Amino acid sequence: MTAIVPDSQEESKYKKVTDLNPEEEIAPGSALCAGCGGLEGLRLAMKVLGENTLTCNAAGCFTLISVYPFTPLKGSWLYTTMSGPVPAAQGVRDALDIRMNKHGLPAKEDLQVLVVAGDGSTMDMGLSPSSAAIHRQLDFIYFCYDNEAYGNTGFQQSGASPLGSYTMTSPNTPEHPAGSERVKKDLFGIWMAHNPSYLATVSPREPIDLSNKFKKAKGMKGPRLFICLSPCPTGWGFDPKDTHVIAKLAVDTGIFPIKEFVDGRVTHTKRPRRRLPVEKYLERQKRFQHLFVPERRDDIIAQIQENVDAYWELYDE
Amino acid sequence: MELTARNQIMLTGNKAAAWGARLAGVDYVPAFPITPQTEIVETLSQWFADGHMQGKFTNMDSEHSMFMAAGAAAAAGVRVFTASSSQGILYGLEALHTIAGWRVPFVLVNVSRALATPITLEPDHNDVLSLRDTGILQLHAETCQEVLDYILLAYRLAEDPEVCLPVLVNLDGFYLSFTREPVVLPDEAEVREFLPLFQPSQPVFQASEPMARASAVFGGGNYSYFKIQHHLAAQNVVQVFPKIAQEFGDRFGRYYDAVERYQLDDAEYVFVMSNSFATKGRAAVQKLRRQGIRAGLLKLSLLRPFPSQTIADALANRPKVAVIDQNLAPGMGGILYPEILKSVYGLTDRPQHLLSVVGGLGGRDIEEGDFISIVQRLDQPPGSDPLFLFDEKDLQRFDQLRHIAGFSREARVP
Repeated sequence: MTAIVPDSQEESKYKKVTDLNPEEEIAPGSALCAGCGGLEGLRLAMKVLGENTLTCNAAGCFTLISVYPFTPLKGSWLYTTMSGPVPAAQGVRDALDIRMNKHGLPAKEDLQVLVVAGDGSTMDMGLSPSSAAIHRQLDFIYFCYDNEAYGNTGFQQSGASPLGSYTMTSPNTPEHPAGSERVKKDLFGIWMAHNPSYLATVSPREPIDLSNKFKKAKGMKGPRLFICLSPCPTGWGFDPKDTHVIAKLAVDTGIFPIKEFVDGRVTHTKRPRRRLPVEKYLERQKRFQHLFVPERRDDIIAQIQENVDAYWELYDE
Repeated sequence: MELTARNQIMLTGNKAAAWGARLAGVDYVPAFPITPQTEIVETLSQWFADGHMQGKFTNMDSEHSMFMAAGAAAAAGVRVFTASSSQGILYGLEALHTIAGWRVPFVLVNVSRALATPITLEPDHNDVLSLRDTGILQLHAETCQEVLDYILLAYRLAEDPEVCLPVLVNLDGFYLSFTREPVVLPDEAEVREFLPLFQPSQPVFQASEPMARASAVFGGGNYSYFKIQHHLAAQNVVQVFPKIAQEFGDRFGRYYDAVERYQLDDAEYVFVMSNSFATKGRAAVQKLRRQGIRAGLLKLSLLRPFPSQTIADALANRPKVAVIDQNLAPGMGGILYPEILKSVYGLTDRPQHLLSVVGGLGGRDIEEGDFISIVQRLDQPPGSDPLFLFDEKDLQRFDQLRHIAGFSREARVP
């Protein structure tokens, strides 16, 4: 009888939710908003990364994860500054390497250094330090929770705010009917140009995909970068119980492509079979309400649809 | 290495700073270039590359990033050194306030350079004094020897369990950074006895010690708790510094104090100065004394914590005191003047004339004539402060320059 040798990597993949680590690395009960999609993403990521992780945090929503004298994390935490978490990660990484190489620190004392930063920090003032660190091939994982605005300050426009979305600093007016008038900054493309060891987008609504990506990244060295779409009930304007619905629609409409970049190749790991019209996603969120009432802005909705279609045309098989 | 008869070598201030880091057994240097500091990081880079120093030298992308890396590495348990100057200090200011609050020990050298605008290269102290309120301790060096010695003292101070704070060592750009002076290089083994390898007194990041650091606080009361703790730790230096300095002196033969009193005992006129220009003050004191004028110098070395009591003791009964600030807070005057005033205010025998002098801006020299005009002003009744060390000669040079560029002599900058 011929033994069937399973593909070891294929075998070790998570296949269903019950395969995931039942242990929680982030305890419930933080000051974050109910229904925060980013926190769900981080919770799933941490299940894979485990407790020997040091989180370097940028100013933003997730700064409220640890409020003195509490922390919901089993691992370590260091709040830094808005543009400082990546250089702080560099300092910790260098220090641990020095202690292991020069001072005999046992390898079991080593930590996985994780940066947790929002889209505002990541795409605006934090972009230059992270570009430099990726260029230096810093051995770290970057988790960007992308809620498409400066969320913690009450939802102002960031480089990630999508075309047609209302924010507190890009309000829709008769002169500016779209609200935010620019398309979202292509962070994936910017990071990809740095040729990191690993780069992926993840969604809290795709836990298996997310977990497998973190598992893959955990086994690698160098810069490993994640963009997690983070539906934000408070800023986007939907009921916290619907976070998973919004997250799913972002994927199913093709607005948020789930993909990875590894070994020089982009792969879509959760390709929507038949893309839903973008308005299915837009109409459920208050930040896009001005595209529907008092009158429908077919021009703007069509533009958003066109942008999504143009993206996928590049990858149509 | 060229050694003189007294076991000295000729070093620039920058090289002396690099030697300080090397002798301290520094593990980690995150770096970013800026004139006039660059020679320090270039030297350290070479020493890490050729194996004279072990650990890691990392080229960072800005001073903000550099200070974040420095603070985080110190929080993860290695001995850290870094250096900057001027605009770099300002660019990293947010990071410096932040990591001072982390209460992590490391040493930072600032090579003073005046701040833009206008952009320039030569020194004054507006850069380092912008860190006045960070809670980073400050030692200001007059000579290349002090640069080296202060770095060794700074590590002992920073790592003291009663302190746990970053320490900045300041030296003047150009006047000290690029000036070669004879410097005694202490023996490395001897240094190691004075300054053993880093043994953190606080927990540091490693897998067996999970912890949250620098977490947010809610409420002014909780915030105040940490800030007051920071203040008390800085104040502890008033007791800790003399002990460490005594130990250093006993071992290496060079004794330092928070301030240096030069010809103060019978002085009628006192110049309060800091950094490399204190040497000019010392020369002026000698010259004035030869003319029968009883002058003296109070040199400030420890700027943070501010040694108010020591200063009060030194200035008690000194009738005429000029505080020479090589900095300017426009709309206020010299930055250190109010701190000196505060220190002597409670004295019954405080100086009758405490004059604020602002000079040496952007590296403008302070010459013999300037000291004489200070003495003359001190003989007049207290009046409008500050006295600017900027005279007709300066103005003529300025006008001459503008004339070459085609401006009329009458047209002045508003």
